[in-house]
Amino acid sequence: MATIHVDIVSAEREIFAGEAQAVFAPLVLGEIGILPRHTPLLGRLKPGEVRVQVSADEQHQFYVTGGLLEVQPNIVTVLADTAVRARDLDEALAQAAVTRAEEALVDRGDNFDHARAQAALVEAMERLRIARKYRTAGGHR
Amino acid sequence: MAAGKEIRNQIRSVRNTQKITRAMEMVAASKMRRAQERMRAARPYAMKMRAVIGHLRYAHPEYRHPFLAVRPVRRAAVLVITSDRGLCGALNASVLRAALLEIETAARDGIELDFCTIGTKGLGFLKRLGVRIVAHVGHLGDVPHAHDLAGAVKVLLDGYRTGTLDRIDIVYNRFVNTMTQKPVVERLLPLPEVEDPSLKHLWDYLYEPEARDVLEQLLSRYVETLVYHGVVENGASEQSARMVAMRAASDNAGKLIGDLRLRYNKARQAAITQEISEIVGGAAAV
Repeated sequence: MATIHVDIVSAEREIFAGEAQAVFAPLVLGEIGILPRHTPLLGRLKPGEVRVQVSADEQHQFYVTGGLLEVQPNIVTVLADTAVRARDLDEALAQAAVTRAEEALVDRGDNFDHARAQAALVEAMERLRIARKYRTAGGHR
Repeated sequence: MAAGKEIRNQIRSVRNTQKITRAMEMVAASKMRRAQERMRAARPYAMKMRAVIGHLRYAHPEYRHPFLAVRPVRRAAVLVITSDRGLCGALNASVLRAALLEIETAARDGIELDFCTIGTKGLGFLKRLGVRIVAHVGHLGDVPHAHDLAGAVKVLLDGYRTGTLDRIDIVYNRFVNTMTQKPVVERLLPLPEVEDPSLKHLWDYLYEPEARDVLEQLLSRYVETLVYHGVVENGASEQSARMVAMRAASDNAGKLIGDLRLRYNKARQAAITQEISEIVGGAAAV
């Protein structure tokens, strides 16, 4: 079966590199699924999960906060701002981030940036959603 | 024994210097390890970014982004990365020599040059030369952050966008290994040529959401990444250069102390011999 080479890098480090059957990524206009021999594509990522289907019964999940996606017929490159393996997410920390972001939206300081606060909240909620989703699947506790 | 006392003082002062250089060597060694890790961690992203940009060069976007424009060069900018502190051997001198070479070539080709400096050593040097400095970032500390550099990068990118700058280069020390750092000049914009014949047919990307947005983000991120990578690489180079320079200084101090001690002992021996011969001479005279 044909495969695509997938590279996921964040500004801090390389987080995944290998062959896969399919990749799913959250673009700003919605989730996209990429199979081998996809037409070239450049897209912007929004906070969400990137799933890499390595084989029928092996899938890796990552949480990204945003960045860029490049697709070539046999290469997929995810240039993430930050990326974490989904099962390494800490639910309690994610919950704290959501609370903080919500408070920031209510308690408007001197130089309040609504767009930024809103974006932080979206990012935090997505992080929490993914942390919860893979809480049991990851085998923690 | 006046000479003896003088030499003893000299030995003490050299030994104090040696203590300082040895301490600096050890500090640099531990900082170097961390700086190298940071550099290694930043490499994959920069490499993938370069690969994507390499592909992009072969695409035929229907939307021409200003950063993709190639113009005849009349005014160029050079981003010079140096350290904030000295005592690191020839590190800054070699980068600044490369910058001087750029100035010479530009003058010959009739190109006007703007400078942007990262690190206070480069700022001081270029200010003395009296060239035009459009932006400066200094005191980045041991852990540089990409957002500290954003302002200076923006000045250059805006220059390219509006057409006042036709070329942007970056000069920094590439870390080869602990003993070797090599000053390099790299082109930031326009995008450098890459050969990849497999991509040489007419094609274009699909863009999501829009070509303008995506290219804007990709290209500014590309330049920021390269600059950040240069800073991190220069940081690792700085610490290793300092470590090597300080080790040389400590070794040299050790040698100096050895020489001085030899001279001191000789002087002491000479004084004793003289005293004895005086006593013997005195006894013989009696």
